[in-house]
Amino acid sequence: MKILKALMVTTAVSLALMANAAHAENKKIALVVKALGIGFFEAANKGAQEAAKELGDVEVIYTGPTTTTAEGQIEVINSLIAQKVDAIAVSANDTDALVPALKKAMERGIKVISWDSGVAKDGRSMHLNPSSSPLIGNMIIKLAADQLPDGGDVAVLSATATSTNQNVWIEEMKKVQGNYKGINVVATVYGDDLADKSYRETQGLIQSYPNLKAIIAPTSVGIVAAAQAVEDAGKVGQINVTGLGLPSEMAGHVKAGSSKSFAIWNPIDLGYSATMIAYDLIGGAEAKPGAELKMGRMGTVKLDDNNEGAMADPFVYDAKNVEEFAKIF
Amino acid sequence: MAKLLKNREILLVIAIIALVFVIALRFPGFVAPANLARVYNDTSILIILALGQMAVILTRCIDLSMAANLALSGMVAAMINAAFPGIPIPLLILTVVALGAALGSINGLLVWKLDIPPIVVTLGTLTIFRGSIFLLSKGAWINAHQMSDAFKALPRAPLIGFPVLSWLSVLAIAAVYILMTRTPIGRAFFAVGGNPHAAVYTGIDVGRTRFFAYCLSGGLAGLSGYLWVSRYAVAYVDIAAGFELDIIAACVIGGISIAGGIGSVGGAVLGSLFLGVIKNALPVINISPFAQLAISGAVIIIAVAVNARTEKRKGRVILKKAEAV
Repeated sequence: MKILKALMVTTAVSLALMANAAHAENKKIALVVKALGIGFFEAANKGAQEAAKELGDVEVIYTGPTTTTAEGQIEVINSLIAQKVDAIAVSANDTDALVPALKKAMERGIKVISWDSGVAKDGRSMHLNPSSSPLIGNMIIKLAADQLPDGGDVAVLSATATSTNQNVWIEEMKKVQGNYKGINVVATVYGDDLADKSYRETQGLIQSYPNLKAIIAPTSVGIVAAAQAVEDAGKVGQINVTGLGLPSEMAGHVKAGSSKSFAIWNPIDLGYSATMIAYDLIGGAEAKPGAELKMGRMGTVKLDDNNEGAMADPFVYDAKNVEEFAKIF
Repeated sequence: MAKLLKNREILLVIAIIALVFVIALRFPGFVAPANLARVYNDTSILIILALGQMAVILTRCIDLSMAANLALSGMVAAMINAAFPGIPIPLLILTVVALGAALGSINGLLVWKLDIPPIVVTLGTLTIFRGSIFLLSKGAWINAHQMSDAFKALPRAPLIGFPVLSWLSVLAIAAVYILMTRTPIGRAFFAVGGNPHAAVYTGIDVGRTRFFAYCLSGGLAGLSGYLWVSRYAVAYVDIAAGFELDIIAACVIGGISIAGGIGSVGGAVLGSLFLGVIKNALPVINISPFAQLAISGAVIIIAVAVNARTEKRKGRVILKKAEAV
């Protein structure tokens, strides 16, 4: 198994090498993903290829292990070091396990960044988060407000009362609530990321607030359950379910009309931005706190004290694009 | 004895009515007939599962793997439907019931033939079933748009004013009631749990009886698997995680003795309804989510405490008689 894996990696890498031979002057940026064959990362590769095309003198090597293991990624990274790539952009299977291999890469002058799933600070020069809590908090209420020009009552269906991510997002949402005139957040309920409890909580909201216009669910289990409950209650068109969800999970509910739009990161933009940042670093830009790195059409990313940056607002999916992305992730 | 059981069920009915009344004070809309029908419908799956668990508990066993069995059967139902949308739904339901029963029979065989304690067996199969779902689905979800419309429509289709889901639970109650009161195997469940040694002398095979109890609970879990997945229109590894505790709680509240031999179909149904009313009331009476957890827990402990008291009293009476002799 191990030999087979090593063989596959070597073959993939040498194929990429041969392709590169024709353009020896090209800068080689390796996009290392958690595992090959995952729709989300295939989409990120699509974005990286787009960036390469735009930049002209860049060759993107899309690679990764066949299963989501840190050992597999270490093998891949070692062979990339041997090939002398110019940059490695990695979505890590383990925060710490990759650090020694990546440190070795940096010692050889290879620029290392992590994206999507980060590496510990020592193992990379910067980390690109798909988004940030303030951006997410703003986006989820904006999604609700966009469908409610005259304002109205909205409620939040969260995961558990103690889940950190959701609590931070909801807090950030409440901070910017004043920017959306007429939007009243009437309640926050907790579905515990269980389909049945989220469904029941949604039914409770529908009963308790007859004027409810939107339900914001910043959790993928919750948003699906809420959409189903709204459909079953015959409230499609009256109550809009929105929040954070995956296109493949939400496609049916967008079609049914219970959800007009929802958001999550766009993997294409993520792959694109990671490639652009890697290129910027190869070109001499320095990743340090406060620095701004260029991301092409996505603008710039500003690094915080941990050398982390947030790419953009979560990407909005609606009836126009959800079918297309549902095939990806 | 029969009088005591009857009393307990009547007590439970009174408790449920009182509970609904108290909730109505805070949220009047709760007692609207349409809402009560909705609460029953929401509790239907729990009722079906509690009936199966009751049979197992009666034989002095326990089935912790029911929710995992539900999730695995539900995932299989969803995957079959996604791959072959043309398969008629009744056939699909029969398939998952058979699958659930087969999974339950694994529990039954281990308890019967290898004599492993039921709690250990079902704790093991619980994790095995959950793991199998992951292996089958590779962790991916089966989503609403991958399921056929017929697959999703059946439980919610109205039939004489109520959704099919509600009718299915009524059917399950009737079937299990007849099984429990009118068939030899149903009576054997009680005999095995009440006094296994005496049961052997009357010619009942204790292990075989327990095996059938597990098949019954498995089959009902399989049925619930389809119902759950189509009701919430999503299937993934963690569906109904932790639900086994709700099922056992419903049985305990319904007066089914964990020590075996005592219980009734009515008790299981009322226990489920009691829990169902609480689950549906908590979202509308507007109290903190932390208090909600505490309330659910407190109710279960009170129910167990009441049961323990009644059983102890029964013990004392027998001892007094023995002393007198």
